[in-house]
Amino acid sequence: MTASPPRKEFHPPTRESFATRVVLVSVAVLYISLFLFTPLIAVFTEGFRNGVDAFLNAIVEKDALAAVKLTFIVAGIAVPLNSLFGLAAAWAIAKHDFKGKSLLITLIDLPFSVSPVISGLVYVLLFGAHGFLGPTLDALGIKIIFTTAGLVLATMFVTFPFVARELIPLMQEQGVSEEEAAISLGASGWQTFWNVTLPNVRWALLYGVLLCNARAMGEFGAVSVVSGHIRGLTNTMPLHVEILYNEYNFAAAFAVASLLALLALVTLVLKSALEWHYGEEIAASHRH
Amino acid sequence: MPGFGLTFGFTVFYLSAIVLIPLAALLIRPWELGVAGVIDAVSAPRVVASLKLSFGAAAIASAINGVFGLIVAWVLVRYRFPGKRIVDALVDLPFALPTAVAGIALTTLYAPNGWIGSALAPFGIHVAFTPLGIVVALTFIGLPFVVRSVQPVLDDLDREYEEAAATLGATRGQAFRRVVFPTILPAWLTGIALAFARAVGEYGSVIFIAGNMPFISEITPLLIVIKLEQFDYAGAAAVGAAMLAISFAMLLAINTLQAWARARST
Amino acid sequence: MALEIDRVTKRFGAFPAVQSVSLIVAPGEFLALLGPSGSGKTTLLRVVGGLDVPEEGQLRFDAQDMTLTPARERRVGFVFQNYALFRHMTVAQNIAFGLDVRPSSTRPPAREIKRRVQALLARMQLEDMGARYPSQLSGGQRQRVALARALAIEPRILLLDEPFGALDAKVRKGLRQWLRTLHDEMKLTTIMVTHDQEEALALADRVAIMNAGRIEQVGTARELRETPATPFVRDFLDDTPSHAQGSGI
Repeated sequence: MTASPPRKEFHPPTRESFATRVVLVSVAVLYISLFLFTPLIAVFTEGFRNGVDAFLNAIVEKDALAAVKLTFIVAGIAVPLNSLFGLAAAWAIAKHDFKGKSLLITLIDLPFSVSPVISGLVYVLLFGAHGFLGPTLDALGIKIIFTTAGLVLATMFVTFPFVARELIPLMQEQGVSEEEAAISLGASGWQTFWNVTLPNVRWALLYGVLLCNARAMGEFGAVSVVSGHIRGLTNTMPLHVEILYNEYNFAAAFAVASLLALLALVTLVLKSALEWHYGEEIAASHRH
Repeated sequence: MPGFGLTFGFTVFYLSAIVLIPLAALLIRPWELGVAGVIDAVSAPRVVASLKLSFGAAAIASAINGVFGLIVAWVLVRYRFPGKRIVDALVDLPFALPTAVAGIALTTLYAPNGWIGSALAPFGIHVAFTPLGIVVALTFIGLPFVVRSVQPVLDDLDREYEEAAATLGATRGQAFRRVVFPTILPAWLTGIALAFARAVGEYGSVIFIAGNMPFISEITPLLIVIKLEQFDYAGAAAVGAAMLAISFAMLLAINTLQAWARARST
Repeated sequence: MALEIDRVTKRFGAFPAVQSVSLIVAPGEFLALLGPSGSGKTTLLRVVGGLDVPEEGQLRFDAQDMTLTPARERRVGFVFQNYALFRHMTVAQNIAFGLDVRPSSTRPPAREIKRRVQALLARMQLEDMGARYPSQLSGGQRQRVALARALAIEPRILLLDEPFGALDAKVRKGLRQWLRTLHDEMKLTTIMVTHDQEEALALADRVAIMNAGRIEQVGTARELRETPATPFVRDFLDDTPSHAQGSGI
């Protein structure tokens, strides 16, 4: 509310004094600057420390390009699969009643509370050379750990809940009346989903896909465990950053890191845009 | 509603294949060491030291975020100031920025010759390659949770409650302590618990800044990786399962908090 | 206590919510502010309560200038339309709130606070409700708790914002009579905001009719009916059926 400046001194009862407000805003801005803004600036500053040419060289270098390509391949498989799962799970959970629903929701959320390292570890325990299925797969000539397949599995695990948890609360809130109307008018289940349900959740779906993709492309711990760090073959961008950094090739490490930071910024801009324009059509928790 | 069989079947199949069966492997694997072996693996001094560090640093970091996250949420909901939208959008940076990038950036900043590290060095404060560095990284990682948990609740809180408190003679501080804070308490605790749970398992942002000295600055997830590199699968699984059990307890606590919050808001 | 509102103006941005309003409320009087929504009656009540500050004009309690006095120092009993009961406190804690927050130098001892809360609960016919939470009460009970909480600080003036607005028609009629009886016993200067003319005319000693931020006329029910000062007052009082939405019939 923009009130005209009050005469003399009057503090509206729900407003803190000017000094308090200045102190609180300063603390908040300082905190965000110190912990979030400064690291972001540092990434770009270090990336361009040796000039634009050095930056570009680090990015077009053979192993760096291979890492970029692999990152896109991994995300390109994991994100669509998890989106499909999210849609299926949300349809089953939000549009139907069955026993054990809340247990199912809890299990879907489970990967969020598992350490990334454990997310990778579980696949090594299953498919690794000394894993439960390792010898069998080896006999069949199938390798999962230290290959792209392992990277995809680990990425799917850590990004598992993203799309589902955006869609489930929204579709629960929307209820089934529109779908029931469509079906009573003779639409098939598939037509109902495609023409009624999907348009109602499209922005929430996009929102979930956006977050899922950011995590998939940036995941480090889980893929680090299953990758084997083979240059040019099983290195995603975050892993490539680590290798360069550990070789004291800081400029190149930060150059590749700049690309990832740019991806993060684009994600944040798109996410904010979705919240501002379609806040009502995303989920209740994002309306602000 | 049609399609239940198909979607429910796919949901359960996919959940089992990607999450449940692999996690079961984690729970089964340690027992090839025998019960005594599992207890030995989990209670080895180096493991205990790492667990203490991981949980201790996570507790400190989530407490820091509890205090400052509350202030950030308050400022974002109640005040208007230049750059507010940027601050609001930036809060989610730790969700979007790959942890390895955060790790090397923080290390560079807090190293003795870094922007922040060189300013702290004259005071004898060393952050990078010490347990303090771990706290910094975990604070970064957990920053969005408290803000994003408290923000919607504060947004929904009608100003009338504070006005009522004022007409009844309460000071602004009393109105906050006795009226506002109890209302946002469940959301605030939930945010702290989420930040804590995330911080306990964090790996990428920590390993660069930590120094990784056994018994001093070696976090549990790193110890799991080290065991795995030594092909001690069962040992790695034992420590992993112990962490998972603790995470499970955390998840339960968070769900209870959220149920409490829902009960309070009706 | 006598209340004087002297040429008070309150704007929200460029929008004048209250325009140069003057009004005198006598000690012990029950005055209703009546008008359509957006006429400025709630804003005027909030100015008296210290929740909004006027750009122009003066506010006097017993000839003492209160215009810039903070709400918490005014000792006004404000009952909000939706009651604004503290959800995490019991009924007794809600009522005791205004006494509990006093500095230790003026705070009554705990036993005295307890006694006063009990007395108020009895007066509000809520004897056994002290340990309940607001969510466990009916609408009418919540309304009485809000009133008890406002009365606990021994206010100099009672301000009621649409006190029956959130209640259904049956409860409303019963509470209306009860409120008038309470007022006659306590003789507390009272201003009630309402958009329901039947309620205003039945309850209040005098009614001030507001329109577009100004007071059109102040008078008893009879004066307003027999000698409406402006066409608006005549139309507004004639217009019973279209205002039935408020009386919930």
